[in-house]
Amino acid sequence: MASEVNSEETGLVFHPMDQFIVEPLFGDGPVLWYTITNVTLWMALSVVAVVLLLVVGTSRRAIVPSRTQSIGELAYGFVYKMVEDVAGKDALGYFPYIMTLFMFIVCANFLGLVPMSFTTTSHIAVTAVMAMGVFLTVTLIGFFKHGFSFLSLFWISSAPLPLRPILAVIEIISYFVRPVSHSIRLAGNMMAGHAVIKVFAAFAGIAVIAPLSVLAITAIYALEILVSFIQAYVFAILTCVYLKDALHPHH
Amino acid sequence: MASNSSEAAEAASPGMPQLDFSSFGNQIFWLVVTLVVIYVILSRVALPRIADVLAERRESISNDIAAAEDLKLKAGEAEVAYHKALAAARAAASNIVEAAKAEIKVELAAAIAKADGEISDKVAEGEKVIQEIRKDALASVEDVAKSTASALIGALGGKDDAPSVAKAVSSEMKG
Repeated sequence: MASEVNSEETGLVFHPMDQFIVEPLFGDGPVLWYTITNVTLWMALSVVAVVLLLVVGTSRRAIVPSRTQSIGELAYGFVYKMVEDVAGKDALGYFPYIMTLFMFIVCANFLGLVPMSFTTTSHIAVTAVMAMGVFLTVTLIGFFKHGFSFLSLFWISSAPLPLRPILAVIEIISYFVRPVSHSIRLAGNMMAGHAVIKVFAAFAGIAVIAPLSVLAITAIYALEILVSFIQAYVFAILTCVYLKDALHPHH
Repeated sequence: MASNSSEAAEAASPGMPQLDFSSFGNQIFWLVVTLVVIYVILSRVALPRIADVLAERRESISNDIAAAEDLKLKAGEAEVAYHKALAAARAAASNIVEAAKAEIKVELAAAIAKADGEISDKVAEGEKVIQEIRKDALASVEDVAKSTASALIGALGGKDDAPSVAKAVSSEMKG
């Protein structure tokens, strides 16, 4: 615990990563796969948020929408148009899948901004499962729809013939790096922002620095609100891009 | 026990709970549950409902626009009919005015003619009266002349011979 050793000397206590610890909600037992933990709680809350926005908010089916219904319709239209524009009309069958990912990430990210909360999307385990899910789904769709001609995705026919094998290697590597970058981008963004806020919060212990620290927290918090949305958007739009590659592998 | 496990975790990955593999099973399990629940809710309830609402709205908006077009057309027709009615009413009013003028002219002419007739009657009557008065006056002048002549003759000591005096006066006056 290098940080705690430091803190003994300066009087500051740094625990920027403690907010990410997974712990049981009830009792002190070990974290088994079915244990109800803070992960469970905050994921359940994101489900509640999705239900409130998209089910309860639209329950009146008003022609002239209320505010909540308006936001729900906005989210629907936003993702629907994104799938249609990026992946094409034939990808609209996968719209509920992408909407699920987008709504979960958005809700989890914003719930993570509530003070004292736990940010489920800051964990690589969570984002990696989603990214691997997208990767496997997209790859399977590609092979299922196009058979072995799906592999032409890696064989760039517009490039000069001698370059094609080299490009194919690069394409294959980049294809398999996709889930890694896809998951680390989201988890890293969420984790870094929250950790930085905690570090600034710890600096607020020194009276001279405190005003600056509070100002910095405010600024980073605003940035994090932006990041929360943008990362969900990026995750969803990359899913659409990968889906487009699977549905239309020929360049 | 918790401190033991967390200490062990921290020993394995200092400062990064994200790399504490002992919690991965738990997170993955709950993530899968969460995603399945959200997927079911969205695909069964939320998304069809929102799609319905959006379609309904689009439909009602296009209906309203069609109705507005219809009303606009009707308003145009009504305007044309109004102008037509206005022109007809103007024409009718000028006809009435013409007719009334002609009638009044005829009546006026009749009244003038009648008044002219009455006036000429009155004039004729008056002339007759004047004529009579003049005749009367002439007669009385003769009478006065006769009586004056008689009186003069009497005063001069002549003989009062009435018929010859009257004869003489009348012939004198005619002459």
